[in-house]
Amino acid sequence: MNGTTVETVSEAVVTVENASFAFADRPVVDDVSLEIEPGAFLGLVGPNGSGKTTLVELMLGLRRPDSGAVRLFGEPAHAFDDGERVAYVAQHATKAAGRMPVTVREAVTMGRYPHRLVGRFSETDRRAIDNALERVDLTELIDRRVSRLSGGQRQRVFIARALAAEADLLVLDEPTVGVDAESREAFYDLLHDLNATGITIILIEHDIGVVTNHATEIVCINRELYFDGDPETFVETNALADAYGAEQAVLEHDH
Amino acid sequence: MFGTTAPLTLFAFAPFDWFLDDLYGAFMEVLARVLGMPALEFAFMQRAYLAAICIGIIGPLVGTFLVHREMSMIADTLAHTAFAGVAVGLFVNNALSLSLAPIHSALVVAVGTALLVELLVQYGDVSTDTSLAMVLTGGFALGSVLITATDGGIAVGIDAYLFGSLATVSKASVGLLVFMTGLVSAAVAVAYRPLLYVTFDATAARAAGISVTWYNRLMVVLTALVVVSAMQVMGVILVAALLVIPVATADGSRSFKRSLLAGVLVAEITVVTGVTLSYQYGLAAGGTIVLTGIGLYVLSLVYRRLGVPTRMQHRTGRWRLNKLSDRTHGDATGEPKADGGSDDERR
Repeated sequence: MNGTTVETVSEAVVTVENASFAFADRPVVDDVSLEIEPGAFLGLVGPNGSGKTTLVELMLGLRRPDSGAVRLFGEPAHAFDDGERVAYVAQHATKAAGRMPVTVREAVTMGRYPHRLVGRFSETDRRAIDNALERVDLTELIDRRVSRLSGGQRQRVFIARALAAEADLLVLDEPTVGVDAESREAFYDLLHDLNATGITIILIEHDIGVVTNHATEIVCINRELYFDGDPETFVETNALADAYGAEQAVLEHDH
Repeated sequence: MFGTTAPLTLFAFAPFDWFLDDLYGAFMEVLARVLGMPALEFAFMQRAYLAAICIGIIGPLVGTFLVHREMSMIADTLAHTAFAGVAVGLFVNNALSLSLAPIHSALVVAVGTALLVELLVQYGDVSTDTSLAMVLTGGFALGSVLITATDGGIAVGIDAYLFGSLATVSKASVGLLVFMTGLVSAAVAVAYRPLLYVTFDATAARAAGISVTWYNRLMVVLTALVVVSAMQVMGVILVAALLVIPVATADGSRSFKRSLLAGVLVAEITVVTGVTLSYQYGLAAGGTIVLTGIGLYVLSLVYRRLGVPTRMQHRTGRWRLNKLSDRTHGDATGEPKADGGSDDERR
């Protein structure tokens, strides 16, 4: 981001301590504990309905755990109010943009809203927006409606919005659904570059091969925590088979 | 309609009188002579046009956010509860021999209901449309019960609230509309960014520390204010149309800001044309305005679907080729569709 490295702080970005959450009587997250260090690229994997999105929502304070504790940048996640430090691209966010008449520039500019809800944008704000657009190669499309872009281009808009926020934590929930293979690979290269500048990334992704290729840490859950460690160890253990309840093999592939 | 007591004494003060009678009134008289429209010299028509212009500003200003959040029904719901508010005011006046302005009780009931709907959606165990349907019918039911409870004693003049009327726009009610136009415009201007973020991507906005609940409440309260302010001209049954139809007509705009401004422009054309036709042919104001709005929407739809060629394009046949090219190759810049094209193209 702006070619600078985010300052490394000693505190964990996210700390989850024995967190549990249930919808009505149906437990979705059960006694999960984990810690995400600054600069990590964490791949969160698990079967459909395994509680990945709910766990992320707990981490971001969008939900409160029924028991246990979740801390974001050292503060209780539900009380965390420094929105500038977090950027979230929710599942199906690009679909949610729907037919709304919003240009690429307007969408990316939203990333600066937590910095400046009212009043004129400063030179710093404008530079952050321009840099974000440049970073994802959208400068040519700034006046186009987001709804008129392809899935891959739209995905880049949402990433640019996150970059414009100059957040320390970038959370992406299945960001490449509906995106073609070529755009997807370019997208992961971009995430890799961002992580190299010090941004902490949490990525929920179904393609386990892709996650193990790019992430520096894997967390595998299916309601409860099955694995938390590096990708190499994850591939060697039976955590995946245990979580999915069937024999699984991780196939390494290039898109 | 509001009795002899000014509903909002705030607007009885001299500067507004001066504006309405001396400045705006004089301007309209000049306009009447220039356009050859004697109707513009009548004070009630001057007030009707001013009220309509105000509605044309605040309707789309709030409606653009509502439509894109797929919350259009809330305007209709609040209009029906505002009707209950009018009935409550008339009922209390009748029962206690008071002279409260019904629009005040309508404001209180509509704003209260707006917050209730928001709470129901947030904490209730029912879906949004079910909540809205219950509140909408409940509001209208309360209104009709109160009217019949006085043996029809307060039913006199209720038609004006149901279908809208130009003749009943008093100086005080147009003053209220001018005030509301300022208030709603200022609120939207100040809260524009968070409202846009919440409308576009509520989850991301929440993660970014923006209180989605608070801005949802602001949006429904603003809707209640617009609906109550506009209901005297538009009528309870039709008032929601001005929050929705101009926005739908302006949907082809490229950016959100342009869509907001285009919505206001379309609404102004709609209300001015509608009020003029209503007066000329003695038609119900609300209905005429809504039908004019629908007519403009159909025209915009035809324009968007078929496109309108420039004279040069028509002569050279390029327009036909361009339309064909758009359909086969995706977007206007000639970029290929990477993965199934865009949402707009799938429409």
